[in-house]
Amino acid sequence: MSTAANNPNTALTVRNLAVYFGANKVLKDVSIDVAARAVTAIIGPSGCGKSTFLRALNRMHELNPEARMEGEIKLFGDDIYSRNVEPVVVRRRVGMVFQKSNPFPTMSITENVTVGLRLNGVREKKILNERTEQSLRMAALWDEVKDRLHAPAISLSGGQQQRLCIARALAVQPEVLLMDEPASALDPLATQKIEDLILQLKRDYTIVIVTHNMQQAARVSDFTAFFYLGELVEFDATAKIFTSPSKKQTEDYVTGRFG
Amino acid sequence: MENHFEAGLDALKQKLLTMASHAETAVNQSVQALVQRDLDLAERVRRDDRVIDQLEVEIDDLVIQLLTKAPLATNLRLVTVAMKISQNLERIGDEATKIAKRARDLAQEPPIKINLELPRMAGIALEMLKSSLDAFVNRDPAAARAIIPRDKEVDALNKQIHNVLVQHMVENPDTIARCLHWMVASKSLERIADHATNIAEDVVYLWEAQDIRHTGAKGAGAPVPNS
Repeated sequence: MSTAANNPNTALTVRNLAVYFGANKVLKDVSIDVAARAVTAIIGPSGCGKSTFLRALNRMHELNPEARMEGEIKLFGDDIYSRNVEPVVVRRRVGMVFQKSNPFPTMSITENVTVGLRLNGVREKKILNERTEQSLRMAALWDEVKDRLHAPAISLSGGQQQRLCIARALAVQPEVLLMDEPASALDPLATQKIEDLILQLKRDYTIVIVTHNMQQAARVSDFTAFFYLGELVEFDATAKIFTSPSKKQTEDYVTGRFG
Repeated sequence: MENHFEAGLDALKQKLLTMASHAETAVNQSVQALVQRDLDLAERVRRDDRVIDQLEVEIDDLVIQLLTKAPLATNLRLVTVAMKISQNLERIGDEATKIAKRARDLAQEPPIKINLELPRMAGIALEMLKSSLDAFVNRDPAAARAIIPRDKEVDALNKQIHNVLVQHMVENPDTIARCLHWMVASKSLERIADHATNIAEDVVYLWEAQDIRHTGAKGAGAPVPNS
């Protein structure tokens, strides 16, 4: 595999990544280059390690005290596990959106969007307002909420809440956006909005998305990685994975024979 | 916000129309080469068939990519119909090539003195092809239905040409080889009209979700043109 550590077309360079929870090795020797300004989908049956992989990309798995990693992950050439790098800094550069939308229930729409900025010490109203509008526009939510920015976030529909969470992640201007089944709790229309949004966002961001919906992976992603039992079985262009995968395990999974 | 799937469908439609325009040109030029005894034009039709073949491969590839994204309803019909239309266009290209080959052979022999309705037949077949593609683009299943009965006109012309040629061969055995070339060209035009009919039926299915093949309901609701 080529070393792409300093290649501007590669956002994340993962080498020999292994993740343990206690004595349990849930990810084994994963090496992968995540292309910049592209969508990479992670597919695989439950328990295959795809969410663990996603969390390792912004050190989120460290929130579990049992977790431990081996290997190397570089973000545009910077080792994100280097001793002098704070996890908080990594998470600012690599944002995350979860399966279940999780806006802060007591905060307004605006407060939700700007919470990351305010935690980082940004106080200036002008900047906060600008960033609110910009983030909500990027999340394709602005037109729907611009007249009620101070309404509670939980007054929004499920699909809107999820786009609010995307706006919140975008407000701190990350370089990479991780999405863990962002549309699995949404109806088809809200799902389509999220998928269209993903395709808009990839012009400026690198996106890694975990999904159980293979048609969704086919619709939104440029590259697809298939994980099984903690191992990366196959990683290729999405078109290849869904029409003529190289490995029999991938073929069996995408045709629904297991998983 | 732009709908990414629609963009893929637009690309598919665009490619299909490009292919259709090549197929139309091929039919037009092959008949022209035949009637005007134009060797160069016949050769060009044969050479350009590769473009149509290549477009068929590209359309198949695009269709397969779109199918992985699980299109539904009209989108599903559009994607599958596009594949079938492209297959018919490819066959039309092959028939045009066959005509071009006969045109080449005939141009190297003295002409036979016989009046055949082949240009008229070609005119109808081409019009059917053009109208079926217009019906596809304009979402017009009624126009597509109106095309289908015209296939009978072309069949009748082919039969008439066949009979004239048989008669000529009986009376002028030295023209048998040339008459057979004309017969094959006429048959190819008849096949081109068949493919145009297939496309029209697919267009009805696409925009009405109704399969009218092999039902005897062909062209129902459409007036049979007077000719």
